[in-house]
Amino acid sequence: MTTTTERPSAAPAPVPGNIGIGQTVHDSLVIAKRNLLRMMRIPEVVIFGLIQPVMFVVLFSYVFGGSINIPGAGLDASAYREFLMGGIFAQTVTFAVAGPSIGIAEDMSKGIVDRFRSLPIARGAVLTGRTFADLVQTALILLVLAVVAFLVGWRIHEGPLKALAAFGVLLLLGYAFTWIGALIGQSVRTPEAAGSAGLIWLFPLTFISVAFVPSENMPGWLQPVAEYNPFSAVVMAVRDLFGNLPQGYQPPDAWPLQHPVLASVIYSVLIIVVFRTLAVRKYKSNAG
Amino acid sequence: MPGAIYAEGLVKTFGDVKALDGVDIDVPEGTVLGLLGPNGAGKTTTVRVLTTLLRPDSGRAEVAGIDVLRHPNEVRRSIGLSGQFAAVDEYLTGLENLQMVGQLYQLPAKQARQRAEELLERFNLTDAAGRIAKTYSGGMRRRLDLAAALVVSPPVMFMDEPTTGLDPRNRQGLWEVIQELVAGGTTLLLTTQYLEEADHLADTIAVVDHGRIIARGTSDQLKDQTGGDVVEVVVHEREHIPVATEILERLGEGEAKLEGHTRKLTVPAAGGAKLLAEVIRELDSRGVPIDDIGLRRPTLDDVFLSLTGHTAEDAEDGESGEGGEGGHGKGARGRGAKAAKGAAKEKVTK
Repeated sequence: MTTTTERPSAAPAPVPGNIGIGQTVHDSLVIAKRNLLRMMRIPEVVIFGLIQPVMFVVLFSYVFGGSINIPGAGLDASAYREFLMGGIFAQTVTFAVAGPSIGIAEDMSKGIVDRFRSLPIARGAVLTGRTFADLVQTALILLVLAVVAFLVGWRIHEGPLKALAAFGVLLLLGYAFTWIGALIGQSVRTPEAAGSAGLIWLFPLTFISVAFVPSENMPGWLQPVAEYNPFSAVVMAVRDLFGNLPQGYQPPDAWPLQHPVLASVIYSVLIIVVFRTLAVRKYKSNAG
Repeated sequence: MPGAIYAEGLVKTFGDVKALDGVDIDVPEGTVLGLLGPNGAGKTTTVRVLTTLLRPDSGRAEVAGIDVLRHPNEVRRSIGLSGQFAAVDEYLTGLENLQMVGQLYQLPAKQARQRAEELLERFNLTDAAGRIAKTYSGGMRRRLDLAAALVVSPPVMFMDEPTTGLDPRNRQGLWEVIQELVAGGTTLLLTTQYLEEADHLADTIAVVDHGRIIARGTSDQLKDQTGGDVVEVVVHEREHIPVATEILERLGEGEAKLEGHTRKLTVPAAGGAKLLAEVIRELDSRGVPIDDIGLRRPTLDDVFLSLTGHTAEDAEDGESGEGGEGGHGKGARGRGAKAAKGAAKEKVTK
């Protein structure tokens, strides 16, 4: 160890007290970079994030493919594959909830959150940076999944602009769900708990929807649940924008499914507003 | 004028547990306060309040002259925190960790990198700068964590059990770093379960138990409070214990104590070295062979025992298992004649 001693001096104080939007963006990007570096060094996370959706594509299209009746197409396996992909894409982005919930719980248990909170940084930046990084990860997984889907016969029928819009709708939902994860990650005691608390409710959410089976095939009392499920709106919007619905298909008579793109955007923005507020408040409220 | 770290009547309750029960602290600029106590005494909670991580239920605090509750963000610019768990990102390299912290202190990217390199050099981590922290040893991680707390050379530092879990060699190394830091004028609040560590590093020691400060003063003041020096004799044969006891009680002040199954007797002694000589002469003339004899200043272990009725280690509930074998206060306890007055100050340097 060298024997230099230094005069202590306080950190450069730009504007005392106030943290402006500029610093918030800067700090969020520094944190996002940290999380992206981690992602590159633990590629298993992305790889395992892909296994489940790829497995679902294969299982659903080849096992259930010929036995699920799609209104307007009947028991046609290739029509089901097209129909299915919107559901798989949307389900995959909801799994974005796991990244921040496990990651933040881990950072808390390891004292990294304490380090960040003892630094003069914008309050929301730690969470916002995390969600930016998760958005990049979600986009990456969607891209690989699209290639797999293409290989099993899924196609885009409505042109590149609408396809881009479809990915936009998916990423917006994914981003909204990372904020749910940001709240869960701070609310559980251990990263292990965050893992199951983050994912377990996604199964009913994504299965009681129009993602895998048309709602017409469900018992009557379950149909409205599936049709007003925000997740269904996104699935329907994506099918619409990719042109994956059979000719002459009539969407169920529920408002979100009649206007799926608009409904998706409203639902996602609502989730972001509510959960971002709760997550940032939780972060600030020195509860720990 | 309040010191660089000042707290008054801090109270914090978690459910039924009163983690802090009216803690007052005043650390003059440029000095070191050692907060000494067992696990769960309230040391970490105190640090968390003073570093803006936790709001107390009541009380007030100032750090570097800034109100902690009213202006937490300004306080954050003036402090460095090195925690109980080495809070570094395992998947970032040493350089990246420090650079990130620098950027979060709003240093421009280039300056943050330069500062990171300086610190890595200073903490002997230059060779490991490009490796992810997961590959670092425990001692290296602590050094990196400490470096992260020093990125802007803050005038006030908080270290929560900086050497818990380190082997004696690494502990010694970290002590040197801390001493350098303090020599540079930094005000430091340090928590520790190691009596020896507080003795070694702190100007003033505050003993914490059950969320209250039960004693404070310099290491010497605390030892005097415990009753000053003791003469310690180990007789060769058990049969000589009654004679030795009689001699010790006649020459010393008060009752002689026999330590359990050993043949060690102690008695409070005011006469210092002169008394020791008398005891030796008397034992010799009565034909009592001895294995060891010495004058011992009380260790902080004795202080803790006399203040709380239990030793610091008893109160740890075995949680210190991974902690400091070898380095505890015990190692510094009476080494008899050869150690004499220096015994209490003895360091473990294995």
